[in-house]
Amino acid sequence: MIYYGRQFGTLIGLLALCLALWILTPHFLTVSNLLNIAQQTSINAIIAVGMTFVIITAGIDLSVGSILALSGVVMATTLKAGVPWPIAVLVGLLVGFFCGIVNGFLITRGKLPPFISTLGMMSVARGVALMFTEGRPVSGFSDQFRFIANGEWFHVPLPVIVMIGVYLLAHFLLTRTKLGRYTYAIGGNEEAALLSGVNVNFYKTVVYGLCGLLSGLAAVILTARLNSAQPIAGIMYELDAIAATVIGGTSLMGGEGSIVGTLIGALIMGVLRNGLNLLGVSSFIQQTVIGSVIILAVLIDMALKKQKK
Amino acid sequence: MLQPENAKYATRRAKLEMQHIHKVFPGVVALDDVQFELWRGEVHILLGENGAGKSTLVKILSGAFPMNSGQILLDGEEIHIKNPRHAQTLGISTIYQELNLVPQLSVGENIFLGREPMVAPGLIQRKNLYKEAQRILDGLNIAIDARTPVRNLSIAHQQMVEVAKALSLNAKILIMDEPTSALTDQEIHCLFDIIHTLKQRGVSIIYISHRMDELFEIGDRVTILRDGKYIGTRTITDTTRAELIRMMVNREVKEQYPKQKAVIGEQVLRVEELNRKDVLKDISFSLNRGEILAFAGLLGSGRTELARAIFAADPIDSGRIFIHGKLVKIKKPRSAINHKMGFLTEDRKSQGLILNLSVKENICLASLDRFSRMGVVNTSGERTAADHFIKTLRIRTPNRDQKALHLSGGNQQKVVISKWLCSQSDILIFDEPTRGIDVGSKVEIYQLMNRLTADGAAIIMISSDLPEVLGMSDRILVMCRGGIAAEFTAEAATQEAILHKAIGEN
Repeated sequence: MIYYGRQFGTLIGLLALCLALWILTPHFLTVSNLLNIAQQTSINAIIAVGMTFVIITAGIDLSVGSILALSGVVMATTLKAGVPWPIAVLVGLLVGFFCGIVNGFLITRGKLPPFISTLGMMSVARGVALMFTEGRPVSGFSDQFRFIANGEWFHVPLPVIVMIGVYLLAHFLLTRTKLGRYTYAIGGNEEAALLSGVNVNFYKTVVYGLCGLLSGLAAVILTARLNSAQPIAGIMYELDAIAATVIGGTSLMGGEGSIVGTLIGALIMGVLRNGLNLLGVSSFIQQTVIGSVIILAVLIDMALKKQKK
Repeated sequence: MLQPENAKYATRRAKLEMQHIHKVFPGVVALDDVQFELWRGEVHILLGENGAGKSTLVKILSGAFPMNSGQILLDGEEIHIKNPRHAQTLGISTIYQELNLVPQLSVGENIFLGREPMVAPGLIQRKNLYKEAQRILDGLNIAIDARTPVRNLSIAHQQMVEVAKALSLNAKILIMDEPTSALTDQEIHCLFDIIHTLKQRGVSIIYISHRMDELFEIGDRVTILRDGKYIGTRTITDTTRAELIRMMVNREVKEQYPKQKAVIGEQVLRVEELNRKDVLKDISFSLNRGEILAFAGLLGSGRTELARAIFAADPIDSGRIFIHGKLVKIKKPRSAINHKMGFLTEDRKSQGLILNLSVKENICLASLDRFSRMGVVNTSGERTAADHFIKTLRIRTPNRDQKALHLSGGNQQKVVISKWLCSQSDILIFDEPTRGIDVGSKVEIYQLMNRLTADGAAIIMISSDLPEVLGMSDRILVMCRGGIAAEFTAEAATQEAILHKAIGEN
């Protein structure tokens, strides 16, 4: 019940933002621009889904950007070696999944705080990506592969379709499955979950694995769009994903949050970037504005929450 | 209206008056036109079942949250309490159940936290700080050195530091919320001595407790709330236990311990030579169908540790566990649950419930495997199960989707019990099942235990409440320093005999 209330608040924020931009610039509310926003948002939005799961367990994943880079270059190199694209894509996804599972093991078996283990993974994955390519980008792929980013279905870009699919699936996972219920339970009270027979270590590892897998998926889309995989891709993506999650009302303390909220959070960030670009605002000011919006959104959220009490 | 008071009090002026207090939470009216009056230098007990509104009332007074409407008068003048800090400057201090001290700092530093005497800006005058702190402690006859780190103190002493801190803030009204729930008898007496000293100094005390004995020992007047409504105020010397209970629950609680003997059947659980270094020593016992086996003993005697070891929440060094005569390996709580065991933990908030999840989700948490196929939860099955337990256990909640957070203590306890019934447990470990729960809910939980044993369940009941142990069990094991010191049948046991064994005498 409370989730709906909170999403309602962020949704109003998003609509208000759109309304303001509609008034300020005629270029905002056009089908092509809106699709453009959706496409640009898709990568952050997909990573933010994994981040939402992780944060609901009261964890954090700082390694998503580096995992994206590593998945991207490994997949790109596989493509260049002449491997059919579906297999190369699978390899990219698996690399992401594997990194996430390693995070999960470090946290559950090694008893490391998520902040530390994923901070380590952030550096390790980035380093491996650089070593793997000797610091150079891997570019130039087949049209079939690039279709993943450039293709359309009834005029809707494929990345947007993929994003919608991920969100539908994630919402189902979080609200209708054991995995989802246990994700909330672990974040809400790990000890009580354990004593209720929840296999906490297993589900936490799965959640970090999922987060890594989605970073891999984001790598596929990004690589196809740029026609290039860069070992330095995805820097600071973890912060964008955390921001989208938090704007969407997920609590960093764990146990609370929703996928719908995260989608709205990611869209707010996307619309804001797009709008500021359309208005010709310099990128320096853009950073300042986006940072202020994150702070403002969380302040409002906290105030609303307090009122509910 | 207030009851007519004794003539000798007629001239006393109220220190504090609360009138027509209303407070609404989402889905619940917590306080409905409640009044409360506090005199200078009295100990005024707030009494009521869990969920009656006692905590809400004192939280409004301490500034933890605002009221929806009503009036508060302090020394005859209307006040509007904005926040906890404002309440403190008005002379209203609260000693919470969960203590609010910084463990790493010393007693003196805690007493003056945020108000340290300064030599120069930012530079603390340590000597004065400790001198002043010690003066306050000595004035209350509290034998603690102001330089001791708080983490080295017992709970009782930490509580006394809180009292000293409140006094240093010039508190005129002190709110104590179940201050004795974690104290030993001796510590309770020390606390009562301090309360007497405070009264003589003219401090008024609002005291919340469920322990009837205490209330007659320490209280001057008592105000009873029920279901968020004001029921009445009595002078302690003019009332009886029976009257108070009747006012609290609106019905006669005939029997405090409605024990019904069930048919004792075959052995369901046997523990042999269970050991855990420094915690458990050679524990062997058995439990039979239909039986309530009580574990008595002092705090720290190893009772909870034993329960956690059997349930595989903690590792063991050696030992064998037999369920229905078969040797089983229990490595994780999950396997204990699969062997139809359930564990009602001592601390329901930190170990039993997931406060952010709904009543329904908490009830079904341990049996989600049964409610799901291929990982997808069958929500209609869950709803049916939750409604069933809400009805049969009479859980007071607006609906099954209410967060467990918003329920009162007794109802939260019923949710945890429902969780284990839902997972079809028939070997139940109840660790302090009625701690912090009011009389009415206690009896309900006892009746539930009767029903469970009649249906063939076996219950291990860990309890520090000796009358409860004697009143509700079939057999009693006394633990002392990690081992089993004695076994009694309920008929043969006395409080004295149990205590002797619990403190390690022969």
